[in-house]
Amino acid sequence: MIRTLPNSKGYLTGFRFFILLFFLFLFAPLIVTMVLAFNNSMFPSLPWKGFTLDWFLSAGPEKIGLFHDRSNLSAIATSFKIALSVSFFSTIIGTLAAFLFEQEDFKFKGLLYFLMIAPLVIPGVILGISILLFTNSIGIFLEDNLGIDLKFLTPSFWLVVIGQFSFITTIVTMVISARLRKFDRTLEEAAFNLGANKFEVIWFITLKYLRPSIIGGAAIAFLMSFENFNTTLFLVGADSTLPINLYQQVRDGSTPVINAISFILIISTSIIAVANLYVGNKKEK
Amino acid sequence: MKSNTKKIKWSFFIFFIPVFLWLFLLIVLPHLELLRMSFLGSRGTGITLNNYKAFFTEPIYWLTFVRTALYSILVTAIVLAVSLPVAFYITKISSFRVQGLLMILILVPFWVSELIRVYGWMILLRESGVLNVFLVRIGLFKEPIELLYNDISMVMGLVYTSMLFMIVPIIGVMGSLDDALIEAAHDLGAKKLAIWKEIIIPYCMPGIMSGSIIVFMLVLGSYLTPKLMGGKNSLWFTEQIYNQIIVYFNWNQGSAFGFLLLLLSSLIIWVALKITKQEFTKVVK
Repeated sequence: MIRTLPNSKGYLTGFRFFILLFFLFLFAPLIVTMVLAFNNSMFPSLPWKGFTLDWFLSAGPEKIGLFHDRSNLSAIATSFKIALSVSFFSTIIGTLAAFLFEQEDFKFKGLLYFLMIAPLVIPGVILGISILLFTNSIGIFLEDNLGIDLKFLTPSFWLVVIGQFSFITTIVTMVISARLRKFDRTLEEAAFNLGANKFEVIWFITLKYLRPSIIGGAAIAFLMSFENFNTTLFLVGADSTLPINLYQQVRDGSTPVINAISFILIISTSIIAVANLYVGNKKEK
Repeated sequence: MKSNTKKIKWSFFIFFIPVFLWLFLLIVLPHLELLRMSFLGSRGTGITLNNYKAFFTEPIYWLTFVRTALYSILVTAIVLAVSLPVAFYITKISSFRVQGLLMILILVPFWVSELIRVYGWMILLRESGVLNVFLVRIGLFKEPIELLYNDISMVMGLVYTSMLFMIVPIIGVMGSLDDALIEAAHDLGAKKLAIWKEIIIPYCMPGIMSGSIIVFMLVLGSYLTPKLMGGKNSLWFTEQIYNQIIVYFNWNQGSAFGFLLLLLSSLIIWVALKITKQEFTKVVK
């Protein structure tokens, strides 16, 4: 049944076969996507027509590789800027929220905590629409009554940041809270007794202790923002993000340049994920 | 310590105000606005129930809604059935040497964007896809068959994109299950099925519930996978919402649909929690 008990050969072989199939299922689409990025063909499909780097490097006119594809490059740049902004703001607010929920007691804490985790069960599409409607109503109100026209309240770069921030901060809060919960509070008391004030204690002791989870939270926020589609779909303005741009190409059919982008994304997210895992594990011990 | 009390109060507001603003401005108010808009007529007239009436009188709307709900439950069940043995193999059967490697292999695709994973399946399954070329070559198919754009491919895609959100929490709980419990049951003559029913499943219930909630919510609110892998004639409810908001620009009708989807997801999650006697705030931790 488990590794410490005697198991029949059939049981183990059957189980291993199942796991093999599972991993095949898990990786087949990713590997096929990556391999076809190097196929010398106009379509992302077989037959194999030989190895090429054209879908990364070629400048056209027949094939336009990723590094010469203006629309995709600018989408990557937009996504990058959005992800950095979201990661920055949600890490700050997420850290404050972790302190608030782990170290403070106040009336209606339960209710506020419930609101904090609610974004986990609100479909991203709904969150996107709600924020679109709300900011639009505020925009109309401000323009009608005060004559102020705030550009960031209409679908645009900053509206995407606001929308993604609203739920990614929840994830960051949970990552940081998990570590803060294990913090030994006698360390704080010792510092207080030695004459430190609250801010010195937080700055020099608690935040130092939290650093791996803050870095981890920021990395997770970056990745989640970079690949977000559902919420972004309703908030995006003229500069589309990479997932939105890719979606249009996938839907309408495109050259293997999408495979080239996927190749780079799969490799780089894997590196970030493994590095994050490695750092997290090392600090846990 | 008495001199600290005033400063501690002050620090409380530094934590509280930004967090409160985040939750109030970006979660509470937008959803209230969604609710308000859903009761307004599209031509700026007063309060009306017409948007909800349209939902119940047009079969295409509520049929899509029911279909989406049923398929989401089906996908969650399939995901659970696949995830339990995989988590069990990794935590209880695989040797400790490969355990870490399997964990990393599971976690890496977790971070690859949904769009790229769906795209991978599209180039595998479509008529000119890799699988068809392969099956024709080994003689199983006489000519390529469209394997994409039907309900089966859509369910498979949804299982694939949401699976890891079930496996990871279950591994988390199962890892802490003491092997001695299983050994004791085995020594006392319990069959495998009985061990699963009496020990493993009850023990893993918190992980199963949090995985199920997240998977259900992701599938219900999914847009990309049903759109790109599902049949052309069968809509997902999020597509109806998208059409109302973006295509027909009928924000009030879209709000009503959005609110109904939110209500449905909350209701099903609440019922599931009641049946299994779990608490929401504990489950998502």
